[in-house]
Amino acid sequence: MLGLDKGDHVTLTMDEAHPVSLLDTGVQGVIGKPLSRVDGPDKVSGAATYAAEYALDDLAYGVLVGAAIGKGRVVSIDAAAAKAMPGVIDVVTDFDTFIRVSQQGGETEAPTQGVRDIEYFGEIIAIVVAETFEAARDAAERLPVEYERGDGVFAFSMDDARDGDLPTNIVPARTEQGDIDQAMRDAAVSVDVTYTTPSQNSAAMEPHASIATWEGDSLTLYGAYQMPTSDAQQLAESLGIAADKVRIIAHFIGGGFGSKLGIAPESVAAAVAAKRLGRPVKAVMMRQQVFDATVRRSNTSQRMRLAARADGTLIGIGHETTASNLSTEDFFEPAGISTHFLYAGDNRLVSHDLVRLNWLLSGSMRAPGEAVGLLGLECAVDELAMALDIDPIELRRINEPARDPEKDVDFSSRALMPALDTGAKRFGWEQRPVRPGTRREGEWLIGMGVAAAARANMLMETSAKVAIHPDGSVTVSSAMTDIGTGSYTILTQVAAEMLGVPMDRITMELGDTNDVPAAGSGGSWGACSSGSAIYLACEALRGKLARAMDVAEAALTLKDGRAIGDNRSTPIGDLVGDGIEAIGTIKPGEQEELFTQASYGAHFAEVAVNRVTGETRVRRMLGVFAAGRILNEKTARSQCLGGMTFGIGAALTEDLIHDTRTGKLVNRDLAEYHVPVNADVPQLEVVFLPERDIHANPIHAKGIGELGICGAGAAIANAIYNATAIRVRGFPITLDKLIAALPAV
Amino acid sequence: MKTFTYEKATSAEAAVADTAATTRFIAGGTNLLDLMKLQVETPEKLVDISRLPLAEIEDMDDGGLRIGALVPNSDLAADSRVIERYEVLSRALLAGASGQLRNKATTGGNLLQRTRCYYFYDTSTPCNKRERGTGCSAIGGFNRILAVLGTSDQCIATHPSDMAVAMRALDATIVTLKHDGDKRRLSIHDFYRLPGDTPDIETVLEPGELITHVELPAPPQGARQLYSKVRDRASYAFALVSVAGVVAVEDGKIASAALAFGGLGPMPWRDAAVEAALVGKVPSDDGFAAAADALLKGAQGFGSNDFKIPLARRTLIACLRDLTGE
Repeated sequence: MLGLDKGDHVTLTMDEAHPVSLLDTGVQGVIGKPLSRVDGPDKVSGAATYAAEYALDDLAYGVLVGAAIGKGRVVSIDAAAAKAMPGVIDVVTDFDTFIRVSQQGGETEAPTQGVRDIEYFGEIIAIVVAETFEAARDAAERLPVEYERGDGVFAFSMDDARDGDLPTNIVPARTEQGDIDQAMRDAAVSVDVTYTTPSQNSAAMEPHASIATWEGDSLTLYGAYQMPTSDAQQLAESLGIAADKVRIIAHFIGGGFGSKLGIAPESVAAAVAAKRLGRPVKAVMMRQQVFDATVRRSNTSQRMRLAARADGTLIGIGHETTASNLSTEDFFEPAGISTHFLYAGDNRLVSHDLVRLNWLLSGSMRAPGEAVGLLGLECAVDELAMALDIDPIELRRINEPARDPEKDVDFSSRALMPALDTGAKRFGWEQRPVRPGTRREGEWLIGMGVAAAARANMLMETSAKVAIHPDGSVTVSSAMTDIGTGSYTILTQVAAEMLGVPMDRITMELGDTNDVPAAGSGGSWGACSSGSAIYLACEALRGKLARAMDVAEAALTLKDGRAIGDNRSTPIGDLVGDGIEAIGTIKPGEQEELFTQASYGAHFAEVAVNRVTGETRVRRMLGVFAAGRILNEKTARSQCLGGMTFGIGAALTEDLIHDTRTGKLVNRDLAEYHVPVNADVPQLEVVFLPERDIHANPIHAKGIGELGICGAGAAIANAIYNATAIRVRGFPITLDKLIAALPAV
Repeated sequence: MKTFTYEKATSAEAAVADTAATTRFIAGGTNLLDLMKLQVETPEKLVDISRLPLAEIEDMDDGGLRIGALVPNSDLAADSRVIERYEVLSRALLAGASGQLRNKATTGGNLLQRTRCYYFYDTSTPCNKRERGTGCSAIGGFNRILAVLGTSDQCIATHPSDMAVAMRALDATIVTLKHDGDKRRLSIHDFYRLPGDTPDIETVLEPGELITHVELPAPPQGARQLYSKVRDRASYAFALVSVAGVVAVEDGKIASAALAFGGLGPMPWRDAAVEAALVGKVPSDDGFAAAADALLKGAQGFGSNDFKIPLARRTLIACLRDLTGE
């Protein structure tokens, strides 16, 4: 009909600003609205199928076996006894192919392979496969393995030899400007303190899980993965097969928080076992294995140096982070990432280093970098404010940079001070006790704290296909994922607004690598990258609809499934013949070099510290955030609530402990690895500031999934100081650290 | 989980008759099933007692209360008699676990919870409680939640119950049915064993012996009751230190005091010396400090749990102020 091409492919590289977004002129009226999740009913009724839940014919159950030493070598695995147990099919291992560690997100290579050598306690060395899960678990628990023990490094010590030269990880390992040492000498007031943060686990509700099934030499893996496109490449590389022979299906993911960015050991184990046995194999990690053998957020030691004039002007900022990782892995926790641009100051040093340890791989967990880096930076800024006797918000105002203080570029958009000022007013900051340790209610010491939030904004190459069918319905498909964040919903909103189609006429197909590639979910880039790809595809389809209707594109109005223009109104299905479709692809470009792009916000916390027991209870928190266009006020708010809750955990409870004699994780379940429970989380308030970022992408949104955690814990720590006059520099701030300094009862 | 046989008991008598050393009774299963999945416990047979008629709470003639072993923790905490007369018990129950767990967990099972020592749960590490003679990983390891009182060089595990701490302050009696059909009445003060060289043996129960009831004597007249639990998060965490207190003040002096402690020892802890330091005295900070001294005289930390000693002291003193104050 009318010579419409089927299958346009439009690509936009963000080299130029994109000042006009069609989302601002759409009349469907759904973008930004606090709509409930379109997949909510499926999730609460059990109709949403997660990786471990696919009921394939002839499915065998695999249970992974972790090494029971922290360093050394597997001499032998005695499979005979296990195989003789009722129901057990086989004990499968492949010392060369099994992956030793999970892969980092977005990599296209295999992670380090080979499990004959043991580099950390719990390294996955085999998979026991049986006719039932129970039989497999029993056999796995009792599998005799002979080891040759080696000498490992099981305790983190700053005295240990460190690498001087690490490859760039989001940020370079080391940047220096001016002379921080001289600035410290010149300073009227300075802070030179070291903050430490512990290892953490993402503790997503859904454990890592894969079902592998082969058809000939083609593998389909139902996996709980955040980035299926690159995960399929990693899996293919690990197995030594072509990338187009691997399909990953990840329609629903029960939380990832970074731990499912790259493939984890259960995927390769399931694939190898399924190939060998000639039948589908499921491998779901035990909760303890999620702790032992996926990925952790590194512990850090952060030396913070702040040098200021008497008026509060910063003349120097130093943020030197030491994290940890396995000797074979170069990922370092980029804790200084926002220190590069958060505050002014001529003399700057941001560096990262690693202690090499035989602990589980360290990698990305929600807001890698900022989540722990802002604990150091924002607490140090609070310390400086106290030393200067300047209100912490005013100190930040004094040091608000007009441009990026390290690069010769502007900020794309930056609402730090508006967030702090809005928050101060809403939270009642003027009621904060100016002198710490002076407000008491019975046994409780009361204090308030503030911290800045910042999270670097990222755009990742991503595609989406949008099709309009003759009945006027729309299908959007992409290898994008919804990891529980609301992708299904917000992406439906983007398509609905762009095409003027009711939400319920749109089918969103996500999580299948047979569809066009996407960067998936991670680094807070998912909504912006996939939303932009859909935007571009829809923009192309709008052009087609306009041509089909023979009106100028600018004169076309799309609403409720109808195209309106030139005093005519037509169902869009009537304009598409057999159907039309377009693929949109967004790519990052020069805009991210020409402008420093980040989301900003401010956290306020009020805490009560029990002066007898040292227990801290967060009484209330407020987060004020600006992240460009908010695509859905409800799901965005939920992301911020979750981030702030992570902040409570980071400040008060979460602490992944390694036994320094063996490298073994001690608290490897949810009873003893303490994420905040409901009773730890008070009423949290979230406020969004209106903002558009024309340098970020065509939808003018910035990342929000991680912003809520950035600085949240620091606001709590600063509130604890305000309440008690005790500055605890080792996170988490558990009661033992406080009673050591609280007065006798 | 190791394969096991499962039988549903038709009566308490049948339940105990049909047991061997490798049999476990199961009611709520909130602890046992976890341990079986990890193969920390590997019973050959489970006898399901959950449908036996032991879920009643009855008044006794002496003003006390008789609690069936299968009364769920939720029901016990919400019972009006418990709330009115044994407030310490209701508060202790509600301080434990989560709503869902309290709905399943039973009175008898709660008394028999196993320790939450990290190493006990991890079959890849030595543990004398799990397997006698293999060694204690917690000594010299990470032991934040472990004991500072009553330990041995074989084991420093704590008993994790809140309920049992309150019951120890309330002088509970545990009624059992033995394998041979005889009934026994055991004071809770004699029920638990210190680890010594046999940390795997935690109570005086014999193989096949079933708890059928717990009896509480009438509470002391005019006593104030309190349960204070200090923990690493606001809910769903085991006690670092807890105090169950039942204290009566008459004519300006402490007339009676029953104080039991959780999180400090291998059993719900009670020490007559603590109470002796208080009874007959005018409530005072000096007296409270003396009580804390008595409690912690032999306390020994193992590194990461050293803080429990000053924490217990602070908590006890604050509790005594609450129990005796205006």
